[in-house]
Amino acid sequence: MANKEWPLYEVFIRSKQGLSHKHVGSLRAADEQMAIDNARDVYTRRSEGISIWVVESNSVFASDPNDADSLYEPSNSKVYRHPTFYDVPDGIEHM
Amino acid sequence: MNALFEYLLRLGDDSLILGHRLSEWCGHGPILEEDIAMTNLSLDLIGQATSFLKYAGEVEGKSRNEDDLAFLRFEREYKNLLLVERPNQNFGATMMRQFLFDAYRKLFFERLVHSTDSQLSAIAAKSLKETKYHLKHSSEWVIRLGDGTEESHEKMQSALDDLWKYSAELFYQDDVDEDLIENGIIPAVDAIKGEWDVLVRNVLEQATLIIPSNNWEQVGGRKGIHSEHLGYILAELQYMQRAYPGMKW
Amino acid sequence: MKEHNIEVLERDFQAKIDNDIKIEPKDWMPDEYRQTLIRQISQHAHSEVVGMLPEGNWITRAPNLRRKAVLLAKVQDEAGHGLYLYSAAETLGADREQTIDDLHSGKAKYSSIFNYPTLSWADMGAVGWLVDGAAIMNQVPLCRCSYGPYARAMVRVCKEESFHQRQGFEIMTTLAQGTAEQKAMAQDALNRFWWPALMMFGPPDEDSKHTKQSMDWKIKRHTNDELRQMMVDITVPQAELIGLTIPDPDLKWNKEKGGYDFGEINWDEFWQVVKGNGPCNKDRIETRRKAKENGAWVREAANAFAEKRKLRNTKKAS
Ligand SMILES: [Fe+2]
Ligand SMILES: [Fe+2]
Ligand SMILES: [Fe+2]
Repeated sequence: MANKEWPLYEVFIRSKQGLSHKHVGSLRAADEQMAIDNARDVYTRRSEGISIWVVESNSVFASDPNDADSLYEPSNSKVYRHPTFYDVPDGIEHM
Repeated sequence: MNALFEYLLRLGDDSLILGHRLSEWCGHGPILEEDIAMTNLSLDLIGQATSFLKYAGEVEGKSRNEDDLAFLRFEREYKNLLLVERPNQNFGATMMRQFLFDAYRKLFFERLVHSTDSQLSAIAAKSLKETKYHLKHSSEWVIRLGDGTEESHEKMQSALDDLWKYSAELFYQDDVDEDLIENGIIPAVDAIKGEWDVLVRNVLEQATLIIPSNNWEQVGGRKGIHSEHLGYILAELQYMQRAYPGMKW
Repeated sequence: MKEHNIEVLERDFQAKIDNDIKIEPKDWMPDEYRQTLIRQISQHAHSEVVGMLPEGNWITRAPNLRRKAVLLAKVQDEAGHGLYLYSAAETLGADREQTIDDLHSGKAKYSSIFNYPTLSWADMGAVGWLVDGAAIMNQVPLCRCSYGPYARAMVRVCKEESFHQRQGFEIMTTLAQGTAEQKAMAQDALNRFWWPALMMFGPPDEDSKHTKQSMDWKIKRHTNDELRQMMVDITVPQAELIGLTIPDPDLKWNKEKGGYDFGEINWDEFWQVVKGNGPCNKDRIETRRKAKENGAWVREAANAFAEKRKLRNTKKAS
């Protein structure tokens, strides 16, 4: 029987409570359970994480970089979404 | 003879020799991810060996440190289980050996945490965390390979047939244990046997593996009577210390 | 695609590179850029993995528990590095298994240094100090490589590498300050590893066919000879400090260039080792090939089990 390669998984790790999971790399595993184990052994050897997500790479749908203009640039002009857009008088704190 | 010293050697040597066996896999694993995983198991075990043997040296009070104990005893003075010195054979057999040991170790450490000896209880607390993961890893593999392909099933069944007779020694108990149990320093291992049975049977059942009907028990390690394999392990382990005595590295 | 279209794409691509904007997996890239990266990243990955073997050779014989744990953790890191790099290569469409098969068939190369044997404990010192030292010198600039996944993998690798060289130098220092036997062991290791370590930076610039293009693409940031010179300049004083002698009678400080002049490297030996005639080439590849072959039933069984479990779960759900 031809040996099928184990599927590729993308690994996301929460480095500490309060932070979101961040993509750290990928690995191969036969199933999700093994992917979690492997992610723990490969990507948290120096206590880099407290929580792990794995997603089969095949299941990740990515935006097309050619659409980047239409997807992301429009928000560049919406500077009013950023707090630095607004003038606050000197002396005002906690805002 | 100091019972605690003797007992610490048993604990330390189990970790040391199994850690050694696992380290033989480094660079030869079935896939890179698992190579890394087995090295993690090995590192944990070598860390445990270091703690137990260091404490053993202190208890003995003859100014031997963990390295003196790990590297400079003679074969008959090593007190590890026969199980942990079994050769790696193939990855499946390595995981089977690991599983039988981990199941015992986890149950044992869960109780050792409550030792009246604070140092032992501290080592146990740290080791328990490690061992829980080891058991998860090894039992998953036993199930996966047992219930995998026909070939893997056969390999796992033959590993179990081969290793089963060494599992009884996990619960070996003699006069070394007695006082220590009485003083609440160590748990009675025979009390763990029941739970171990349930745990092991459950996993083996999921793995579709059959426990051998032959109940013959192969023991000896706890008394320092080993298989031929230990001598070769020690030949490698001790090579530097024997060839260049008394030097710092 | 139309011709002028490719021109535009190529111009945009080079503009990104020139402006230090990283190239990401799905971005358009010239095929040659992709191929160059695949070749370099997979060679690098192979080097990490084959590189486990010479040091792995001493794990069971390490002289004490601390050294054993350190060495084991170090060799394990190299496995991790191999894995990060295979992953980076996969983002370019280079399937890991295929890449590894190329290594085993001799089609793909890896660093020639790992074809030298480790004959004494002191070699663990020499390898950490010189080989990891040279690797770090090669790798730090790669953290700024133009290809995002490679650069990110290298950031991780370099962070982990930092203890590798130190542990090696610590071994060398201990031996150099030890008994006469230990010092001789350390000197012998240095004698054997010095020249092969300098060869790690690759052929001299005038013979390096890929350097120019790789520099333009910011895959490479320094030439082989520049890196080699840096290595010599940094390492010589370290050897002096611990009382070991660099095995090069031509080594001398050149005030004008502010660096050392050093002897001729035996490039014949280098090319022979690259071609497969080094002392350990056959053994190294054979070992890796066997590891893969012996693991085939394990990988297959894991697949079979995963499928069974999936099936059972869907049955349960329905
Ligand atoms: Fe590395
Ligand atoms: Fe390294
Ligand atoms: Fe490296």
